[in-house]
Amino acid sequence: MTTAHDVVLVGGGGAGLRAAIAIAEARPELDVAVVSKVYPMRSHTVSAEGGAAGVIGADDSLDEHIYDTISGSDWLADQDAVEMFVEEAPRELIRLEHWGCPWSREPDGRVAVRPFGGMKKQRTWFAADKTGFHMLHTLFQTSLKYGTIHRYDEWFVTKLVVDDGVIQGVVAIELSTGRIETMTAKAVILATGGCGRVFPFTTNAAIKTGDGMSLAYRAGAPLKDMEFVQYHPTGLPFTGILITEAARAEGGWLLNKDGYRYLQDYDLGKPEPTPVLRSMELGPRDRLSQAFVHEVEEGRAIDTPYGPAVHLDLRHLGAKVIDAKIPFVRELCLKYQNVDPAAELVQVRPVVHYMMGGVHTDIHGATPVKGLYAAGEVACVSINGANRLGSNSLPELLVFGARAGRAAAEYAAGASGPTRAGLRQADDEHRRIWRELRGREPNGNERIADLREQMQHTMEGGAGIYRTGDSLTKAVDTLHEFQGRRDQARIEDHSHTFNTELLTFLELSAMLDVAETIVYSALRREESRGAHQRTDYSARDNDRFLAHSLAHRASDGSCQIRYLPVTITRWPVGERVYGR
Amino acid sequence: MTGTGTGTGQRAYRPRMSLWWWARKRSYTLFILRELSSVFVAWFVLFTLLTVWSVARGEERYEQFLDFASNPLVVALNVLALAFLLFHTVTWFNLTPKAMPVKVRGRRVPSTVVIAAQWLGFVVVSAFVVWLVVS
Amino acid sequence: MADSITLRVTRYQPEVDDEPRAQDFDVPLRENWVVLDGLNYIKDRLDGTLSYRWSCRMGICGSCGMMVDGEPALTCATFLVDHAPGPIRVEPLANFPVVRDLVVDIGDFLEKLPRVSPWIVRDDDIPVDEGESLQTPEELADYKQYSMCINCMLCYSACPVYGLDPDFIGPAAIALAQRYNLDSRDDGAAKRLDVLIHPDGVWGCTFVGECTTACPKDVDPAGAIQRYKLTAAMETIKSYVSPGGGP
Repeated sequence: MTTAHDVVLVGGGGAGLRAAIAIAEARPELDVAVVSKVYPMRSHTVSAEGGAAGVIGADDSLDEHIYDTISGSDWLADQDAVEMFVEEAPRELIRLEHWGCPWSREPDGRVAVRPFGGMKKQRTWFAADKTGFHMLHTLFQTSLKYGTIHRYDEWFVTKLVVDDGVIQGVVAIELSTGRIETMTAKAVILATGGCGRVFPFTTNAAIKTGDGMSLAYRAGAPLKDMEFVQYHPTGLPFTGILITEAARAEGGWLLNKDGYRYLQDYDLGKPEPTPVLRSMELGPRDRLSQAFVHEVEEGRAIDTPYGPAVHLDLRHLGAKVIDAKIPFVRELCLKYQNVDPAAELVQVRPVVHYMMGGVHTDIHGATPVKGLYAAGEVACVSINGANRLGSNSLPELLVFGARAGRAAAEYAAGASGPTRAGLRQADDEHRRIWRELRGREPNGNERIADLREQMQHTMEGGAGIYRTGDSLTKAVDTLHEFQGRRDQARIEDHSHTFNTELLTFLELSAMLDVAETIVYSALRREESRGAHQRTDYSARDNDRFLAHSLAHRASDGSCQIRYLPVTITRWPVGERVYGR
Repeated sequence: MTGTGTGTGQRAYRPRMSLWWWARKRSYTLFILRELSSVFVAWFVLFTLLTVWSVARGEERYEQFLDFASNPLVVALNVLALAFLLFHTVTWFNLTPKAMPVKVRGRRVPSTVVIAAQWLGFVVVSAFVVWLVVS
Repeated sequence: MADSITLRVTRYQPEVDDEPRAQDFDVPLRENWVVLDGLNYIKDRLDGTLSYRWSCRMGICGSCGMMVDGEPALTCATFLVDHAPGPIRVEPLANFPVVRDLVVDIGDFLEKLPRVSPWIVRDDDIPVDEGESLQTPEELADYKQYSMCINCMLCYSACPVYGLDPDFIGPAAIALAQRYNLDSRDDGAAKRLDVLIHPDGVWGCTFVGECTTACPKDVDPAGAIQRYKLTAAMETIKSYVSPGGGP
């Protein structure tokens, strides 16, 4: 079956919904489809806690936010993109305020801001410590106003249809019925978020399997800077539940097993009783996670059944501050760890959190495939470079969601319908999914969960916080072997009704694609920069690698890496200095 | 925004609630009892009206009414009705702070205070009635 | 502590089954495992055909609500040890059509939600250039509680009124209407009135109170509904007494 829309959005989280609203407002005559594998309010934006950065204070300036972002990115961010992002972020946050987002307030009624890691000024807007939840629900509820936005809830996109470098639409399967449908579109926007699930220990929800990245990669759009994987310094062991950076911004300390604030030994400043911006616990995430690894190596971490950890100390803040500013932290610790942060130390360890890399786009969200756009974590513009600053991702999905929406609407208004070759491709995809659904003959014998777990451990071992050429080469080989084993996967569920085994298989396929681009990109980048730390190339190499990596899928399926120079405008490459 | 229905309407299994659903859980049972209490509230109203009516019709009628009221069955019914009325009162008091959040100088008054204030009022009024009857 | 526990899981596949049936699975009983970990163990190790929804595993996405031993609960926040020695009954959320296994159809809520206009309604449009609207912490506190709803549907599952009469608009939708009615930036209360005072609106509620008990986020939908009944009654009286008012 075929349905026609002007713009199809893949993903209904923060970026997708912001884009949908932008299109509905800019071009009310366009028919927009939001296709999401979960109900939009289940999207992973919901889990973001700490806040959204946007310059608003009288003592702050756009240039300072730009500098913090660029130095935080270890100069790998494109400076034109960062300038544009920083300038538009406050407007987007205000717009969200007008739509009803319950931002936390000062006593006089103005929006309150809090400090955040790597930021020189207080500029992080917050809704207690459920900022992402409130943003997502505000966007979702606001989107219900627009009659031109048509939602496909719990539909999974299996393919982007591209003919001669121009997008034609998507093929998607409805989970509840198994119905496969071609949705033609003049423009498609990917807003599927990240891929944290390629690693075993992550803050990312179960749905973060890199689907959009894989779709784009297979459709001919390269993936940019995939070697840069952010580890958040404070996750709960076992569950990987995120303890927001706001916990440190409000005054929390990181202690090793001796009760010592160890970050002072890693060129991150001197310990002060109250938080100091761009210093100690408010340093950038990459440096904090790397310091953790050294503490473990020196034997100063705490042993837990789930590996080494350090302590997050919030006791001195008192129950009152914790309940007012970071109530969710207390709720999560009590409910999932049986620990009360107001009275006890909380065990934490670094945990995979965010992909700096993603589908290569320009500052309008456009990919090299004509009519294909991307925004949010799935995309790489890049404003995050080698390390994203905390609280930059929420405004990013607003700014670039809106930009991609407007650009796609303009493009779609002038584009023509699908080609015959495009429709034929879609028919082939229907047949492929039918085959997977009905069961292959003969069925494979590889258990999907085994493949997934082995892939995750390969990624942790080969492309963790510290990498070497050897570990990466090994990971490349293992992943290559997994590509073959994927075809041997066993699917026992042949039901058309909510077949989550088929879904798990399709997600595994996406993750294997994405994992491959991560290790290939990491292997080729022979330097250390931001979140990419090579023990065999421990220095930053601006001569060779002040450039974005672009992972292309060659016609034989192999991964090929090319490079694109970083855009520098006003901020020449310098040293990253924190706590001094 | 419009949503595409999940399209499973005809194939999904639609569970039916059993007639005894309210016996499954204590809170459901209490709820049904509270609903039932309205019957007794109605009875109380009727009884009070009967009292007033018979008083107005003169002493003879009133005597007849007193005979009727002292019938063991009627006494038993009234004791039961009183129990239900008290039950109704308690749940009503507990509900008030939910339906009517009271604010004093911009701060929400804790619900326990609101409930306590109602009980205080209840005790004062009851004491007054007792004083009226006794003296 | 025993080292395993039985999950008695509802299975239903419309192509094969006429009605749901129970299937037992033994899963490891570990101190920090929640019911959802048990289900994931089944799917990964024992039976890949089991279908259920889950995502964030931190009680904020609202996907994993099910009946655990007869009570609606988020399975990511329900520990196995609290239900030992078992067997633990894991069933799809009550009061919803069952699509398959533990997956229910919540399309009805998604259809009802837009009816209460759950967005900011303004008489005037404020340009972005004018900056943020002021809202004091006290004004924020007036509606904040009702904004915490994660749409997990536990309240609908706990509500016998909804079970008996699926036309009832339900606890979460009304709480969300109140979330906007009580927001100092909103002018939409009059617009939401008609839907809310409809017989399927607040007056459908007989105040069982179970929605509030079931809510994992302390939204207190029962409170929101009773509060609105008072508002609705006042509005009705006002419309009779005010000159030219009339219902």
